[in-house]
Amino acid sequence: MSHLRSSARASVRVPVVAAAGVALLVAGCTSTKSGGSDDGSDSGGKVAIGLVTKTNSNPYFVKLRESAQDEASKKGAKLIALAGKFDGDNQGQVDAINNLVAQNVKGILITPSNSTGVLGAIKAARDKGIVVIALDTATDPASAVDATFATDNEAAGVKQGQYVKGALKGKKPAIAVLDGTPGSTVDDLRHKGFLKGFGLTNGSPEIKGTAVTNGDQTKAQTAMENLYQRDHGINAVYTINEPAAAGAAQALSGKSGVVIGSIDGSCTGVRNVQSGKFAATVMQFPKKMAQQGVDAVVDYAKDKKKPSGFTDTGSQLITDKPLSGLESKDTAWGLKNCWG
Amino acid sequence: MNQPEASAQAPAPRTGDVVMRASGLVKRYGNVVAIRESDFEIRAGEVLAVVGDNGAGKSSLIKALSGALVPDAGTIELDGRPVRFHGPRDARAAGIETVYQTLAVAPQMDIATNLFLGRPLRRPGLLGSGLRMLDHKKMRSQAAEQLDRLGIATIQDITQLVGTLSGGQRQAVAVARAAMFGTRLIIMDEPTAALGVRESRQVLDLIARIRDRGMPVILVSHDMPQVFEIADRIHVHRLGRRAAVVTPKSCTMTEVVGLMTGALQMTADGTLLESTTQHMPEEKPASPHASESAE
Amino acid sequence: MTTTQTSPVAPEGDTTRPPAKTAVARALGNTAAGPLAALVIAVIVFSATTDTFFNIDNASLIVEQFLVIGTLALGQTLIILTAGIDLANAAIMVLGTLVIAKLSQDALPAGVALIVGILLCTAIGAVSGTLVTRLRLPPFIVTLGVLSVLTATGQLFANGESFSVPSGVLTFLGERSYLFGRIEVTYGMGVAIILIVGLWFLLTQTSWGRNVYAVGDDEEAARLTGINTRRTLLSVYVLAGFVYAIAAWQALGRIPNADPNAFQTGNLDSITAVVIGGTSLFGGRGGVPGTVLGALVVTVLTNGLTQAGIDSLYQQVATGILVIVAVAVDRVVRRRAA
Repeated sequence: MSHLRSSARASVRVPVVAAAGVALLVAGCTSTKSGGSDDGSDSGGKVAIGLVTKTNSNPYFVKLRESAQDEASKKGAKLIALAGKFDGDNQGQVDAINNLVAQNVKGILITPSNSTGVLGAIKAARDKGIVVIALDTATDPASAVDATFATDNEAAGVKQGQYVKGALKGKKPAIAVLDGTPGSTVDDLRHKGFLKGFGLTNGSPEIKGTAVTNGDQTKAQTAMENLYQRDHGINAVYTINEPAAAGAAQALSGKSGVVIGSIDGSCTGVRNVQSGKFAATVMQFPKKMAQQGVDAVVDYAKDKKKPSGFTDTGSQLITDKPLSGLESKDTAWGLKNCWG
Repeated sequence: MNQPEASAQAPAPRTGDVVMRASGLVKRYGNVVAIRESDFEIRAGEVLAVVGDNGAGKSSLIKALSGALVPDAGTIELDGRPVRFHGPRDARAAGIETVYQTLAVAPQMDIATNLFLGRPLRRPGLLGSGLRMLDHKKMRSQAAEQLDRLGIATIQDITQLVGTLSGGQRQAVAVARAAMFGTRLIIMDEPTAALGVRESRQVLDLIARIRDRGMPVILVSHDMPQVFEIADRIHVHRLGRRAAVVTPKSCTMTEVVGLMTGALQMTADGTLLESTTQHMPEEKPASPHASESAE
Repeated sequence: MTTTQTSPVAPEGDTTRPPAKTAVARALGNTAAGPLAALVIAVIVFSATTDTFFNIDNASLIVEQFLVIGTLALGQTLIILTAGIDLANAAIMVLGTLVIAKLSQDALPAGVALIVGILLCTAIGAVSGTLVTRLRLPPFIVTLGVLSVLTATGQLFANGESFSVPSGVLTFLGERSYLFGRIEVTYGMGVAIILIVGLWFLLTQTSWGRNVYAVGDDEEAARLTGINTRRTLLSVYVLAGFVYAIAAWQALGRIPNADPNAFQTGNLDSITAVVIGGTSLFGGRGGVPGTVLGALVVTVLTNGLTQAGIDSLYQQVATGILVIVAVAVDRVVRRRAA
């Protein structure tokens, strides 16, 4: 369970920025203050809650922040939202946590970068009686935080695998696997879940080829073209996220009968399901993570009851071609609930 | 301290008319004065050596004459007409070519290209002067002709990259380029400083050949025997200004070195005096006719 | 001291000089030999080891896959020839695709949106060029800053969305037709050929091109020989910006969807192609033919290794080794010509 990153879309930004942006690595946070005054919960009687996301450019985290903000307003709490500069900005997260501790927050919601530095800062915060909740991404070990609200990515992968298998309607599967970034735990869990849902293993002959796409639509397109060139019989595609699925769909445009599955639940992705570019996607719910996280902190402030354990915020198969035996929602529902 | 009248009164030089004359040139860099009201004069058909100690301001003087720096004060005349150079381009347009100590050659380009660097030959344009293609062929043939004309036989292949040439060959390329475009004057800054004996010899021969074709040459050099061998006159620069102009025939090397270091001074009538102090900031600049009396 | 080593003027003019190199050799330049060899070897190896590589369909596919990175690399070549580097080229292109797509979605005619995008990319090139020439900042720093600004701008502009573009002018370069009823070609290929020939012509047949090489070879020497080095550098960045705009158009032809997160490795890929193509990172040597071959090598490696079923990570290893070999060769050649 090392550095679980729920949004593969977010995780892929690391290498390029890190490679080219030496001078950008000036540690620090982009502060997006939401809420009233700077001082802590005691002053206005409001419960102060800190939120630390990986970045604030990724729409997934934007949705997370907005949802947390809405929930906090509803519950009469104050949200202080901070973010790292880029995915993997460990120092930025450490600074953000220290910042929040200094502001006397009751609880911190964090989509943690996985580093000993961040874990150390979390421990220091918890030692001061602040409740820390991981959103979207679990820490390693999971016990480093009080509780985790996140998507079970393996379960989400299983849903994609089951659907793609069912959609082949008994045809002999010939699968192309478009992975995200090697070593990313989220990517590994989704990959594993897909195979599990399909009833395969990594060495299965049904898998005609795998490629790394970094979740980039253009890389996925090229990879899909090359895999298809290798084997024209490919009829099923696993994708790490929706941009990868869009690239695969473009590569296979004009070739009918290939079932493309995906994961994420962005509005663009749902629209692509609606237009038939790919067959199904599995939606995750940053909004739920944020709401449950905020609620947990507010409860803690009220009655000192700490949340604990892993809470799966769920994932939902979205398709307009439902299969019997698989619970799914249509794209109309998907467009109402997509995260950005 | 400017003495233009002194130059005007000078008798007509035997070697030819004055090609370029500078009077009262000044160049400051902040508090540092690089050129201190210096005068300068070169005549047709001569090799004029410019000598001076390190820091005497020789290269600033040369840069002012070649347009590489714009003096703060003073005048430069070319063929009796005042000129003002705002950059090397202007000087080049006036027919003054400079062989820089760095040579200003592009090592990864071939010889022909280097000869025409910055002013390539082009074919007549398809659309007037809009889109004119390079005339590679003509540039190569003219480059070869130029090398032959100057008797540069050490270079065999005109398409060789300049970076692959020896130091002497590179120098020859730079000199050949200057000779090709220089119509009034060629300035050479330490052309043999980086060269061995044999290569220096070849470059000196080249300079002599250019001079013999009627082109005046300013030669900045540290190498006293060389200066005495090739120069017709010697401009001694000291403390940012002209200290004396002498001829190799009238002076010994020791005397010239003395003028450079300030151990000797030249009086207005051209006699050399031993000075008692090394630094004489108020010393009078030698008048141009000093050289005549020295001869 | 009067004996001279210089022999007298050769009587027969330049008959002693060896004949000039053939036009073809000169056109390719010595620097293109390496990537050409790498390309030939890669094609032979993949043809021998897979059943699917050596056929006309895959050849078409390789060229299609080459288009965007190849075009980016052409612009990059211009800048690297001046001893600069452009870290922002993919970001400029991506911003171009976003602006073009968004404007066309917002009911601007596609052609107008395209022109706006082209002007925008060109203007960004002009800004980089101005910073490099006027403020005398190193290109690395300037383009690093531009990269940072544009990446953020793209994200803010897109606000997490990606924009699909309607078929028509914007996807024109991706439209396929068949030569001789058999060979799949796109209009993008035609545009690429025009661009390649045009840039090759400018760099090798005009005095502007000469100046570009001279500035990259030795900027001070170029200045001293009267070349307006600032104007030359500025024009290089402006032209590169225009080339990135064409890359943006090509990208929309490949996938009619502008995504702010696309082409994250585009910049490094373009530098890789240029370096493998034999253009010296120190400037002044290399050119268009090498870059075209270099970009083809990178494309063929990805294409062939995927078809050979080799893990993507080994593809990166192979590309990395090629880059190091190319730079090492450049070093050796340079030392010889220094």
